[in-house]
Amino acid sequence: MQNKDSIKNTIFIGLGLCLICAAVISFIAVGLKQLQKQNIILDQQKKIVAAANLEDFYGSVSDAYNSIEEIIIDLDTGNFTDLDPSGYDLSKELQDNSKYINLSSAEDIATIKVRENYSKVFLEYRDDELNTVILPVRGYGLWGILYGYLAISNDLNTIVGLEFYEHKETPGLGAEIDNPAWKALWNGKKLFDDKGNLLIKVVKGKVAMNEADSNYKVDGLSGATLTSNGVTNLLAFWLGDLGYLKFLSNLKEEVTNV
Amino acid sequence: MSKASEVLFAPLFKDNPIALQVLGICSALAVTSKLYPTLIMCVALTATITLSSFFISLIRNFIPNNIRIIVQMTIISSLVIIVDQLLKAYDYETSKTLSVFVGLIITNCIVMGRAEAYAMQNGPAMSALDGFGNGLGYSLILIIVGSIRELIGSGQLLGYQILQMTTEGGWYIPNNFFLLPPASFLIIGLFIWALRSWKKEQVEVPEFSMKQNAPKEIKVEHA
Repeated sequence: MQNKDSIKNTIFIGLGLCLICAAVISFIAVGLKQLQKQNIILDQQKKIVAAANLEDFYGSVSDAYNSIEEIIIDLDTGNFTDLDPSGYDLSKELQDNSKYINLSSAEDIATIKVRENYSKVFLEYRDDELNTVILPVRGYGLWGILYGYLAISNDLNTIVGLEFYEHKETPGLGAEIDNPAWKALWNGKKLFDDKGNLLIKVVKGKVAMNEADSNYKVDGLSGATLTSNGVTNLLAFWLGDLGYLKFLSNLKEEVTNV
Repeated sequence: MSKASEVLFAPLFKDNPIALQVLGICSALAVTSKLYPTLIMCVALTATITLSSFFISLIRNFIPNNIRIIVQMTIISSLVIIVDQLLKAYDYETSKTLSVFVGLIITNCIVMGRAEAYAMQNGPAMSALDGFGNGLGYSLILIIVGSIRELIGSGQLLGYQILQMTTEGGWYIPNNFFLLPPASFLIIGLFIWALRSWKKEQVEVPEFSMKQNAPKEIKVEHA
């Protein structure tokens, strides 16, 4: 064997090893890609089903998801579109500048900078009647954007649940938005009052149950004021004019007309 | 004891990578708040270290000395990426819990330490055995820490409720401290103490001796 410390051998071993390792990793990564993609999709479905609290009713996540219709809506008009929902990817929408609008600082309550023109929403039907509407929402917390789903029942005013699937909040403080006890507080809260004013918000401390407007308030997370404010702001944005307000009023007409 | 079983079992108590060599503490703190992710982490690390020791030993006679660390790192990181990819494909939930710590196996001193200290000098079969043994030694501590933390911190083991918590009408008030990483320091510290009381030869010679207190010669006279 020639001297293993020669320059020739050093380059040969270095390059050879890199090539072999790169090839092995590439094969494995490509081979597993399909499974990994499925996992991510399944994870999303789980979160959507959890936001709408459907698993108990249907027995399993996949059964629950089968009752859900994915649909693309136009946020500017609030109408359904016939675009194919299966290919929809929010991160891709936000890369194509014909598919999003820039928000002015006055409009941008949730600090998300841009808003997509089309959004994928989820409608759950029970016995051919609309039962739950699940809307993707996002907004800035303390360390980064919170991504989640807001589920509303068919009166289009009562919250079923709020579930975040991605965030960078502090464990034990802001990350308590994942705490089942806190998430349970959202069930049954109302969004708008009789005059159509958006009132829902996360307050500081505990909500006094005897208050007249306790229906519109959710307990704040202690030690996480900025995350709590972030949740209030993102709801204010997504339930406002630039968010789903038009879509919700269109949907309301449709539901009451039937 | 034959040489093979010596290599395999010595890292459990006699030469434990965490308790004696105090390596790999980082992940021992980070992933042990629940037992299940801890077990997955143990499997991931043991697989990585066994295979990396094997492959490094296999080509040890061809590795140029001046780039040997880079060669070791390349092999270790390739294996870690593969483990990470497999986890994402087959146990997505756990891979989300473990997040960056699977990737950080690359920098786990135990893996690199065994490659440098053993695999570069010994044959592939023995090196694999040595890697596996050290993986077991690491796993032993992690499983102990993980069990204690989950049991005291949330009253559960592997997600099954063992101690009924007050929030669910039971008697047990969980100690949240055990859900935080510093609790592992406490448990690992106690384990090292217990181990060194049992195997006295592990007690290190003090680097310096404490000076005696100055004798009390001065008497304070009370008026």
